[in-house]
Amino acid sequence: MLEIGLGHYLSVAAIVFAIGMAGIFLNRKNVIVILMSIELMLLAVNINLVAFSQFLGDLTGQIFAFMVLTVAAAEAAIGLAILVAFFRNRGDIAVDDASLMKN
Amino acid sequence: MSIAVIAFYVFALTVIASALMVVASKNPVHSVLFLISTFIAAAGLFVLMGAEYLAMVLVVVYVGAVAVLFLFVVMMLDVDFVELKQGFLQYLPFGGAVAVLVVVELIMVVSVWAFPSDAELALAHPSPTAAQTLADPNGPTNIEAIGLILYTDYVHYFQIAGIILLVAMIGAIVLTFRTREGIKKQDVAAQVGRKREDGVKLVDLPTGQGLS
Repeated sequence: MLEIGLGHYLSVAAIVFAIGMAGIFLNRKNVIVILMSIELMLLAVNINLVAFSQFLGDLTGQIFAFMVLTVAAAEAAIGLAILVAFFRNRGDIAVDDASLMKN
Repeated sequence: MSIAVIAFYVFALTVIASALMVVASKNPVHSVLFLISTFIAAAGLFVLMGAEYLAMVLVVVYVGAVAVLFLFVVMMLDVDFVELKQGFLQYLPFGGAVAVLVVVELIMVVSVWAFPSDAELALAHPSPTAAQTLADPNGPTNIEAIGLILYTDYVHYFQIAGIILLVAMIGAIVLTFRTREGIKKQDVAAQVGRKREDGVKLVDLPTGQGLS
């Protein structure tokens, strides 16, 4: 308990990842919260990468976390743009009936 | 307990509690605000681990850009969020069970896994530990060490990241671009292309009769 090791950080990351996964299950209608859940999962992955990088003493993991951060930012921008386009076409953001190719 | 241990538990509990509230809160605006809280606490965890550069990038990129983008979209869309929250309790048993299962599995893996302490670790890029940085203030810091390898060994990854961001920017603009009909707005080309004859008419008025 008194020494914070790799396992503590990995446990935090595991819990955050599971919360993000549960968020996708629980908020199946709300795309905004689904996107936020995906951000949470990517954050958990980043915590893992940085923890391993630091406890192994190798900087490569932090470079990798940097790339994950970049992709996460791009994904959020594209996802929200698709969401805005979808809202303009249909007037709501319920994804239950988003399986149609046309409105 | 040392300050580092207390700080770890404070940050870790903040991350977990805020992440729970992101998923569970009724109002998506609150979700975004809890997401910001999660990211700031995670940046604290990164600082504790000694990854100062990524911590600052996390605050600038996520809190400054991504979360504000989320907030902007949540407030721009006129959606009945109460209706979207329906089904939450219906999916709760299944989603909760899957989440608990994943946590238990991952923590079981973490608890039995150990470093190969006796084996020689093949380090591609040794990073300065916090103790080394403290002992030698003029030595390479975390940011310096990252910069030394990011722009040399990983320069192609760096440029691919730039291209990804460029594609994302163009994609977001193309997806949300639209020309709206029936909007009065300035047409610079029409203004510049206007001739004197279009706007001014010279009339030869006979004296004392005025313009009929």
